[in-house]
Amino acid sequence: MNKKAMISFASSAFALMLLLTGPASAADLRIGLSGEVTSLDPHLLASQPNLTVARHVFESLTDVDPQTKLIPGLAESWRALDALTWEFKLRRGVKFHDGSEFTAEDAVFSIARPLSIKGSPGGFASSVRAVESATAVDRHTLRVRTKYPYGALPEELNSILIVSRKHAQNAGPEDFDSGRAMVGTGPYRFVRYQRGDRLELARHDNWWGKTPPWTRVTLRVIPADPSRTAALLSGELDVIEHVPSADLKNIIKNNKLRVSQNTSWRTILLHLDQYRAQPPGVRGPDGKPLADHPFRALRVRRAMSMAINRNAIAERVMEGLAVPAANIVSPDVFGHNTALKPLPYDPEGAKRLLEEAGYPKGFRITLVGPNNRYINDQQILQTVAQLLTRVGIQTRVEAMPMSAFLGRVRKEETAVSLLGWGSFAADLALRSLVATPNPEKGYGAWNWGRYANPKVDTLMEQALASVDRGKREALAREANTLAMQDLAFIPLHHQVVSWAMRADLAYAPRTDEFTFAHHFLPGVR
Amino acid sequence: MLNYILRRLCWSMLALLAMSLLVFAGVYAIGNPVDILVNPQADQAEITRSIAQLGLDRPLWQQYWHFLKGALGGDLGISFVAGVPAITLILERLPATLELALLAMLIAVALGVPLGLLAGLKPESWPARTIMAGSILGFSLPTFWVGLMLILLFSVQLGWLPTTGRGPTVELLGIPVSFLSWEGLRHLILPATNLALFKLALLIRLVRAGTREAMLQDYVRHARAKGVAEHDILRVHVLPNILIPVVTVAGLEFGSLLAFAVVTETVFAWPGMGKLLIDSIGLLDRPVIVAYLLVTVCLFILINLVVDLLYAALDPRMRLGSQS
Repeated sequence: MNKKAMISFASSAFALMLLLTGPASAADLRIGLSGEVTSLDPHLLASQPNLTVARHVFESLTDVDPQTKLIPGLAESWRALDALTWEFKLRRGVKFHDGSEFTAEDAVFSIARPLSIKGSPGGFASSVRAVESATAVDRHTLRVRTKYPYGALPEELNSILIVSRKHAQNAGPEDFDSGRAMVGTGPYRFVRYQRGDRLELARHDNWWGKTPPWTRVTLRVIPADPSRTAALLSGELDVIEHVPSADLKNIIKNNKLRVSQNTSWRTILLHLDQYRAQPPGVRGPDGKPLADHPFRALRVRRAMSMAINRNAIAERVMEGLAVPAANIVSPDVFGHNTALKPLPYDPEGAKRLLEEAGYPKGFRITLVGPNNRYINDQQILQTVAQLLTRVGIQTRVEAMPMSAFLGRVRKEETAVSLLGWGSFAADLALRSLVATPNPEKGYGAWNWGRYANPKVDTLMEQALASVDRGKREALAREANTLAMQDLAFIPLHHQVVSWAMRADLAYAPRTDEFTFAHHFLPGVR
Repeated sequence: MLNYILRRLCWSMLALLAMSLLVFAGVYAIGNPVDILVNPQADQAEITRSIAQLGLDRPLWQQYWHFLKGALGGDLGISFVAGVPAITLILERLPATLELALLAMLIAVALGVPLGLLAGLKPESWPARTIMAGSILGFSLPTFWVGLMLILLFSVQLGWLPTTGRGPTVELLGIPVSFLSWEGLRHLILPATNLALFKLALLIRLVRAGTREAMLQDYVRHARAKGVAEHDILRVHVLPNILIPVVTVAGLEFGSLLAFAVVTETVFAWPGMGKLLIDSIGLLDRPVIVAYLLVTVCLFILINLVVDLLYAALDPRMRLGSQS
């Protein structure tokens, strides 16, 4: 073939391709997800991408609205009969995808299933830890007894997706991946799954909720940020989640697209080692060890917090994808206290406080954190390090992949570490991040600095034990306020989560960062 | 011949053993997979139970011994995050990577050999210079960048080809493949081209150098003196002589295409083995990492064997196993 023939062949081949690419039908929705889905089994691994796809097919007893407020799901209502017993009234007339009726037996089975899964390091056993027993009183009434008074049970049950007992009995992860056991009550039913690539879904026409506008939904997995954006720009996708901060400005300017944003539930924070006299990586300005427990002094923690310019981080490092934080949970979340305000940026004040605390020349620290987990995490680490160095705390940064970082943390090799945390409620977040570590009770599993404050512990315990929601929220808020005034950790910011979509679509941005096809509305202009 | 293959097999087994030990120890050193996979709300009892269930509480040598026993019976372990056998995950993704690598190799050879010949025959002509300049670009531009540029040009700007993903597949002898349907092929073109570029540049240089060398040989001059037509010289005398290094390099490079198509697969969200490896490393999914590398070693061994056999077919001077 000579050169001319080759060129004309190539151009005619491309012309042919153009002809064969038709637009997708109007009732289709194609979504680009950012996280790798490892399994369709809804009880195998508690990861956001897995739950995102599972929640299209399965539902839970309690649901949460876009602002993380608890709302009825498969249970129409629930109440605490006494301190240890909860009764859930289940929705009537709910059908599984195979046409069979959803009953309390399916709920009992689904609550028991997470404990029966072997070999999963990250399952949902913790969500049903408080459950003593779950019994079906009748076809539409479920009674759950807890081992101890536990006000957060309705929140915990939101993580447990209800599967069909008939199909999920004896089913393993491969049965869910193949579709055999993918029989739920949710708005979409399983059509086809190609691991690592896509999940295709079709509308469940007998769904009890408001019929979603999309008859067919394709969930594509595209973790590479620029590729996900490109797929949206090319029109191959209608929606992408987690818009890369670098692309955000251009997408907002593009009048064929629309961006939907909200403050996410994820709080980015710094844990400070409070339990070792000489925390690793912490040294005097001359390189000699410090006297003892530098981060136990509130003045030092305050100085560090005041040295951090949260507005600059939010505006420049995060390109607007952050809101400066003063709370353990973000504004929409249960137990948030609006009266708490971020400490203003005050480098001079920080220097004074350090001097009063006995560190006129500051000291040296190593700041450790992940570089592949949170939005712009490595840049945050570097910025914080520069800001701290400016007030005399010479900071060295070690950023590494999350898997290596967690290994370092578990070996207790870090003193100042970056962590991100999302939670439904302040008392739940406090239990993990701030409560005095207590392995038996499961407290403080992520309290890396081992901050210990008996008052906060008591308030948090009282909050979690309250089955009265009003009382519980007041206690949770009080515990949150106390912990934050004492700087149990240094809050940096709440992430902002964003979606980009065709300009004629609308999505109520979810605080919990979930992307649900059935919540996208068409025909908006 | 049999002796030769047996010897190769023994070496291969040793390589597999060494590889598994290295990977096992390496992943162990990074950290505990339970730390990264654990449900954030889990308490110490649950974490301890998970660790015990996965056997991660035992000393490394015991874990390795347990793995070896399983591996000899064909069981390479169950993925921590997918709950299915690691080998299933890998074999499920092998066809996607295989067809991507094969098409890339095909593009590289089909373009690389003729372009290399052209550049080697008239090294001072402008087409030859253009080809060589292009091959420098092929060498030096980073794969992920070229991949993104291809997507931006052909998918976003021109809208000719899909940006990412594998598209529909057709069953061929029970194996899902893309290249048999038009839509599937459209999804294949960009990632295969991206993957082929580096190999293409390499082949062009190799063939060019071989051609230039061969053209100076006595047998070519002799043939010319005899009055053999130029294209017959190429076909009969030059091409067979330069093919031996080409086959070697193509074989080795095909192995690396299979094993390390990671970047291209990530950029194009291609559900192949390379992407699986990266995801598994991120989650410390040790069974999949170990199984993946073992499968890769096997592939390399197989490819090297095929290359050796091809040598014998191409070069009558080579007689395997009969050297003293």
